[in-house]
Formats: sequence, structure tokens, C-alpha cells
Amino acid sequence: MPSQSADNSTRASEQWSKDKLDSDLGLNQDPDEIFRSILFDEYATWTEGDGADAPVFFGDLNLDQIVHSLTTGRDEYNLRPLFYLPLKRPETVRYRQDVFRDLENSELLQSVRSFAAGMRTMRAHLALSEKRYYKRQKQACFLDAVETYCNATAGLTQGLIVALPNSSGFQGLRDFLIGYSGSEGFTTLTRETETVRLGLQKVKYSVHIQSARVTVDRNDVDGDYSQEVLQTFEKFRQADPRSHRFKVPASIEMNHIEEHILDLVAKLHSEIFAHLDEYCRRFCGYCDEVIARFDREVQFYLAYLEQMERVKKAGLSFCYPQVTSQSKEVQALATYDLALANQMIGARTVVVTNDFYLQEPERIIVVSGPNQGGKTTFARTFGQLHYLGALGCLVPGVSAKLFLFESIFTHFEKEEDLQNLRGKLEDELIRINDILERATENSILVMNESFLSTTLSDALFLSREVMKRITGLNMLCVTVTFLDELAAFNETTVSMISTVNPKDPQQRTFKVIRKPADGLAYAAAIAEKYHLTYDAVKARVGAKHGEGSQS
Amino acid sequence: MKVFLMFRDHDFSLEGTAPANAEELIQDLELNTLFHATAGDDKFLLEVAKSGVLATLKDRESIHYRQEVLADCLKFPEIAREIYAISVEAIERENHIWGYFLMTSPDSLLRRSIEALGLFLASFERLRKLCDEHGSKFHSEGFGWFFAMITQELDDAYLQVVKDHLQRLQFPNGILMTANLGPDFRGSDYILHGLEVKKLRWFEQVQEWVGQIGHRNGAGLSFEVDPRDEAGFRALEALRTEGIIHVATALGQSSDHILSFFKALRLELGFYIACLNLKEKLAARDEPICRPNPLPAEGEALRCQGLYDVCLSLNTADRVVGNEVAGENKDLVVITGANRGGKSTLLRSLGLAQLMMQCGMFVPAEAFQANVCQGVFTHFKREEDAGMRSGKLDEELSRMSTIIERITPGCVLLLNESFASTNEREGSEIARQIVRALLEMNIKVFYVTHMFDLAQGFFRDRMDSFLFLRAERLDDGTRTFRLLEGEPLPTSFGKDLYTRIFEAQGSVAAGAVRST
Repeated sequence: MPSQSADNSTRASEQWSKDKLDSDLGLNQDPDEIFRSILFDEYATWTEGDGADAPVFFGDLNLDQIVHSLTTGRDEYNLRPLFYLPLKRPETVRYRQDVFRDLENSELLQSVRSFAAGMRTMRAHLALSEKRYYKRQKQACFLDAVETYCNATAGLTQGLIVALPNSSGFQGLRDFLIGYSGSEGFTTLTRETETVRLGLQKVKYSVHIQSARVTVDRNDVDGDYSQEVLQTFEKFRQADPRSHRFKVPASIEMNHIEEHILDLVAKLHSEIFAHLDEYCRRFCGYCDEVIARFDREVQFYLAYLEQMERVKKAGLSFCYPQVTSQSKEVQALATYDLALANQMIGARTVVVTNDFYLQEPERIIVVSGPNQGGKTTFARTFGQLHYLGALGCLVPGVSAKLFLFESIFTHFEKEEDLQNLRGKLEDELIRINDILERATENSILVMNESFLSTTLSDALFLSREVMKRITGLNMLCVTVTFLDELAAFNETTVSMISTVNPKDPQQRTFKVIRKPADGLAYAAAIAEKYHLTYDAVKARVGAKHGEGSQS
Repeated sequence: MKVFLMFRDHDFSLEGTAPANAEELIQDLELNTLFHATAGDDKFLLEVAKSGVLATLKDRESIHYRQEVLADCLKFPEIAREIYAISVEAIERENHIWGYFLMTSPDSLLRRSIEALGLFLASFERLRKLCDEHGSKFHSEGFGWFFAMITQELDDAYLQVVKDHLQRLQFPNGILMTANLGPDFRGSDYILHGLEVKKLRWFEQVQEWVGQIGHRNGAGLSFEVDPRDEAGFRALEALRTEGIIHVATALGQSSDHILSFFKALRLELGFYIACLNLKEKLAARDEPICRPNPLPAEGEALRCQGLYDVCLSLNTADRVVGNEVAGENKDLVVITGANRGGKSTLLRSLGLAQLMMQCGMFVPAEAFQANVCQGVFTHFKREEDAGMRSGKLDEELSRMSTIIERITPGCVLLLNESFASTNEREGSEIARQIVRALLEMNIKVFYVTHMFDLAQGFFRDRMDSFLFLRAERLDDGTRTFRLLEGEPLPTSFGKDLYTRIFEAQGSVAAGAVRST
């Protein structure tokens, strides 16, 4: 029979999807008003429904892949919206960066992870309790859930006290938890849970089955026949035998025979089972709103840290970027495409890192050079880096200074369709125009191979026009192009070129370096391979010369 | 219960006992011929022979232990073969029981285990009978221990206990078990309590049983499943299964334990059966065998008469030539002389004899004594490989380097035409340095070589501890395949061979004569 109390208890598990937190669950005293969220500081504005959809540029920058890998295995937390919301205020970025810094403390991280694991287990118990048909089984699951919740919460509180966090996020949480743990509600919950559990652990019974008759008794009987059998034949044992293990399906619904037996057991042990009934009625709404919210939101950090761990194993670095809305002199050292790095884990391929910087009055990076040289990857990296920085995350690289944008726009070549050249060009122009209409000086634009579908002179003309407008907007931009002419467009453009290393085809991404476009990059790469570049030849001749002059 | 026919104090195992250079030994000494001769078509015996021969014993006592057991087997081959047959039969019949069934439920495991136990019980009784009748004839320590163990462990009282279990496991009085409240309040930690089967008349049994139930009703609560409630009976059956699951597992395990005993018996006795097989094959060829005399590692003591290559013999219809080697106080034996003169054959014979002695086997010779060594290593010239002409010396050196990584003082190294892939001067110099180092490291070296520079160099040293053997070649160019003591000579008579082959093509290829 489904029981009312066990039904109510599962409501806690649904709270996130509704995001309407029932604050009056009867347990929490006045929560510390200052702490609300581990993701947003007190000034952050965030309204319900934000981040429902992925930003339009997600696919172009392969951020969709990154978020996919971040959220895989964490469906229950509904994390995607959290990754769809870049922050607007540098203070909030720092709020999150500080939380990340605290999580570098392995003890703190461990206690957060244990807490999260506990809450996961708790929800699994609640879900089971929901599923169960038989009242006693619902109660069993409910008791498991509450027990797990108490342990997880107490563990986190203790962990945070010991870890001495520095971030205002974790400090706020710690203070909240200290108040909550000492509250009358929580201490009663913990004590009652223990009492009921201990009582149930003492229950022992015997079952005798003789054809259709089942007899249940309190009495203990001594002796274990299987041991007796084992001992009789133990002397033949030579080495470890094959195992005869049968998997008893773990969570099968009780059948009516088992129910009947349990009812008889409950009759034989009536006191403890009456106590259990009362317990379930009393504590049905036990879960605290702030704790539940933290449990979800901290997954944002844990997910990102896990991804970082994986990528770091490949020898790549992450850093805390300096994120500002004041300066467009952005820069990054040894950065890389995180989506690509993710793919390459375990693939024995080397992910090549790149550097970039812009100095006043530079705004536009023009990437040219041979194909397959990592140009598009470089452009994506630029966009990714700014986006991840604006999420308050660490970013790929050794050091980085990033601009806190208002909006990001991307313009990537769509599937090539030779049947429809005019339509395609037209479509491209419409899209670019739309972007330039909406963009401001605080936007970032990433363009990849525009105007491939028209003649060279057309492309040159159109590109120049677009460049003029971009320059006029004074926004940050990376554009990948086959048109060398754009590389030295004006004083705001910086030329970067891709290089190829044909010697080592294992390298899937290549260096993009700051250098004037000369159309000879590939020839230079080949020469490099044979140590016949101008520099290499000069150095080799010079070395011999050096030997000669010394003598 | 341990078999201990192979070692005084531990089990013999097929796995993990072969030395790291097993593959080289098999290839260079053509051991597969030996293994197949011992096993016939029996794949199991083949594995036993292989592991037995390759797992070199390193002390005289262990060798002696096996030599004694083997002596018993050679004396009473029929009894040894019958014990072996009991073990093989038990294993095969047990396999038959399980062969057709998947162990889907504890209940079927329980039933089949009971069947297997019944079968093993019969094998035990046969083993006991054999032991009672013939045990006293066997004098080796190994068999003495084995028969004593059978008498003691499989006595009548024990066999009766086994029979009782087979009865109780039918659960005529229903099953009684205790449990706790597990996860989700389902019963857990079920423990089954064995209800004795009393030897009562049927009505007494009923009374007893009613009394038991009555007693239980006094304190416990009971219910009865409605006869029409099919789901209820299924549930009851599932519960009963939970009760017997451990005893089924225990019985399955017990049955496995007994099986593993028979497997150990088959394995350890199998080695001696393999020896018997080989002995019979050699006897059919009139070839002699002898019990070798393993001597302590100190003081070079190799000496043999009528030593022949057992593998060559097995591949030849006629008797093969035996050789005499007087290698006392020698730590380097250099074998030179005519091509096809029996040099490699002697080298192989020496290696084979050493291995066979050190696994407790007999040795193919009229008489054989040698120091117990720590391991046999081989470095034989490999067939030309068209693909890697330039890498030949590299390959040789790399193999030698591997040997050097593994070899220890007290080992024996057999070199066959090593370092002949480069020019003689270079090859000799490489070889000289290696051999000298090895000798100083107390490693015994046998070296078949054409390199006159090398052989002559050792000869000039006139060391007392060097022995020089030369393939005998009569003045008319005839080879006797005998190796005699003699100074290395500057040519190896390759010309003869060349002439013979080119003048009488085909006749050589047809003869069962070895290359080199």
C-alpha cells in the first residue's frame, strides 16, 4: 500500500527541475541571508529561464562539444543552463575564480565530492522509495535517504570548517552550514535516524519452509550448514577454485510472500516498527533548500575540474585568466582548443599550443597560411578562451588576459553547395550584415573563411568593406582568410600565419605564429624539415665558421 | 590433500615455470620431438612433458626425489597407469556432468554437484582399493607419502560422512534459515541450518517432524501458501533458493576441490606417464637409457658414455651413434671439425641430457654424470633470413645480449656457430671476449665453431680446463659422427661436402641426416 508520508519525502528530488524551492520545509531556521549560491555573488543578476538555450555560436566554437563532455554523466543536475550564461560583471568572474582556487585544496575538494556523492545516493534512495509499492519498503528507502543526507551534510560542514576556505562563496556556505547543523531541526533529525536504524539492525528472525508452510520466528538458530559442507571437503582444495557466484537481482520488488514474512517479522518486533512509522511521518520534508541548491551548482565546478584533470594528464596547462572589461589588450600564452584537446586524450597525438597578444591599437587578428595548418582551430581557441573566461573558469594556457565581452558573434562557412553560389554568397552577406548591425565595441567576432564562394576580386572587395566596418566598430576580431592582402589592412590588424610540419603528420594542430603573410609559409616549413631554411643554413654555416675562427 | 609426486613439499604447475629462454631451448634443442614422443596424441601429456622438462630443478635432492618416483613407475608401470586412469576418468566424467548444462540456478548447481560428488565417491573407493592392495610395493618417498595419505584421508569413516551429506542435501525436512533485515528490508544474510536426517522408521520420522513444527508454532507465527497461488509458490521457491544458495555454492566449491585434487594427480603422475611412454619408444629402438648421476655444482664433473641425441634417434629408424665425453675439470668444451660430422648433434645431446637429468628423467646414454646447473642457455646459428642480410650480426648480438641479461653463475651455455655471420677475425674477437668473461663468471661453455682463429686461440692458451673435441673424419673423407679429443684444424672440410652434394645431388637430401 502506498503511504502518504513516503510519497511526500520524494518531493525533494524534484526540486531542481521546478527550481521553485519550497522554503518552508520545517527544518531550517533562519538561513544566513548572505549566502545564496556558490555560482552567483550577491550582485549577480540572474532570472529564471536564463540559459534555456545554447548561444548561437556554440557550434562554431565547438563549445557544444566542451559542454557535452562537461555535462556527460551529470544529467540529473541539469547543468547546461549554467554553462550557457557568460557573466557580465568582473566581480562575479572573480567570485567563481576564488571558488575554483579554494577547490585546489584537495581536502576541501574531497569533502565537496563526498558530499555530492552522498546527495546522489540520497536521491537514488528517494527514487526507489517512490517506486516501491509496499509500505515497509518505502520506509526502508526513506530511512536510507535521510541517513545519507545527514551524513553528507555533517561531513561537508566538518570539511569546510577544517579546510579554512578563502573564497566568499565557500565562507558563506560554511557559515550557513554551521548554523544549520546546530539547529534543533537538524540535530533531532540525526538523532532519530540513528535510533531507528540501530533498532532495525537488531532484528533477526528465522524462516522455516516445509512445502507450503512458512513459519517465522524470533529465535536464533546456530550453525551454518554450508560451512559444514565446505569443511568436509576443504582438504581436497589445491588452488583457488572457479567461483560459483549467483547474482541475486539486487532491487527486486518484494513479492507478497516476502511481504507476508516481513509483516510477521514486524509483529514479532512491533516496537521498533511502530517507531519507524512515526519517524517517516514526522520527517517527510527534511531536505534544506540552500543545501540542495549548492549540491547542484557545485557540479559546475566539479565538472570543469574533472575535465581539467583529464586534459592536464596530456601535459597541457590551465590558468586563471585576468578578466577585464577595461582593456582590449588581450593575450594568452600556450593556449589551445579545449574541445580538440579533449578528443586527443589518449590518442597519442600532441596538441600544439599557441600564443597571441594584442597591443593598442590592435584589434583584429588576421590568420592566413596553408590549409590544415590549424588556422580555424586558432580562431576557435580565441573565441573559446574568452567564453570560458567569462564563465569564471580557468582557461587553457599558461597565462591569459581576456576581455569581458558583452556578446560573441561567429561567422563560419556553412556546408559548401556549388549548385547555389549566388544564394550562398547572399546568405553570407546577410548574416555578416546582421552581425555587424548588432555588434558593439564590446563584442568579439570570430570569422572563418568568408567569401570562398565568389571570385578572388569579389572576395577581396567584400572583405575590405567588412574589415572597414569591423575597424569602425572598434571590436575584437579574429578572421581566418586565404586573402593575404587582409593581413596588413591597417594599424589595427595583426597578421598571424599557420605553419605545417610535414615531417610529423601525427601532429594534428600546428603553430600559428605572429608573422607577416608572405604566401611562402609552406615552402618555409619544408625547408625547416631539411634544416635548409635561411636561418638554419646560416646557423650551420655559422657554426663551421665559428670553429674556423676559434682556431 | 596434496599429491606431491613431483616435489617433496609443493605442487607442480603447468604455468609460469618455464624459463625465460624456453622458446630458444625448444627451437635449438628440437625439444618438440621429445615432447611429442612422450605424449603421443595426448595434448595434455604434451603440456605436462613440456612444463616438466623446461622447469629445470636446481638441486640434487629434488632431482633424486623424482628419480625415485620414476624408478617405482618403471618397476610397476601398470599400477602407475591405472592410478593415472582413475584420475583421467574422474575428470572426464565430471566434465560430462557439467558439459550439457548451464548453471542457471543454485538448485541445478546443487543437484549436479550432488551427482559429481557421487561420482567422486566411486573414484575414491577405487583409489583406496588400489592403495590397499599395492601400496606396500612402492618404495619411493613420493609414493610412500601418497599412499599413506590416501589410507588416512579416505578412510571408511570419512567416506561415510560424505555419503551422509549426500542424503542430507536432499532436505527431506524442509529448510530452516535465519536472516536479517537487509537493504530495503528484504531478508539478507540468509544462513541455512542443516537438519539432521535421523535414521528412523517412516512413522517415527513423521512424528519427529510434526513435533518440530509444533514446537516452532509455539513461539513463531506461520502461514500457509494457498495451493492455487502459483505466484506464491514461485516466490516460495525463490526464497528457498536464497536459503540453499550458499550450500549450493559450498557444494559446488567442494566438488571443485575434489576435482582439483584429481587434476593435480593427473598432472603430477602425467609427468611419469610421459617418461614411461618415452622409455617404451626408446626400448623399441634398442636404445639405452640410464639414471643419471647429478653431482654438486662444485668441481666440473661431466662424464658420459654412449650419449646420443634422443630427438635424432626418435626421427631415425636405426640406432644412432653414441659419444663419449670425459669432461672432468673442464669448463670450456670447444667442438670443431668436419661439417656434418656430428658436432651439432653432440652439442644438442649434451643440452638435452642436462635438461632431462635436471627434470628427474632418465638420460639417453649408457652412463651420464654432470654437475647440477642453474640453467641451460643456447645461442645457435639461425637459418639465413633473406630479408635481413645486413642485420644478421645485429640479430646475433641482440640475442646474445638477451642471454647475458638472463644468465647467472652456475649456468651452462651452448654456442653453435655463434658470430659466424661476420668475418672470422671480428667474430672471433667478439666471441673470445664474451666466452672469457663467462668462464670467469663460472659459466660452463660448449662451443661448436668453424672459426679456426677462435678455436686455435683457445687451444694456444693450453688451459687445463679446456677440452677440444673434433669430429672424426677418415682419410677417405668418411664421417663416423664420432667426436674425439683433438686439436682444431684449419679447415672444416666444407669442400668435401660441397663436392659430395654437387656430385650426388638428391642422395643427401633423401637421407635422414642433419644439417651441420
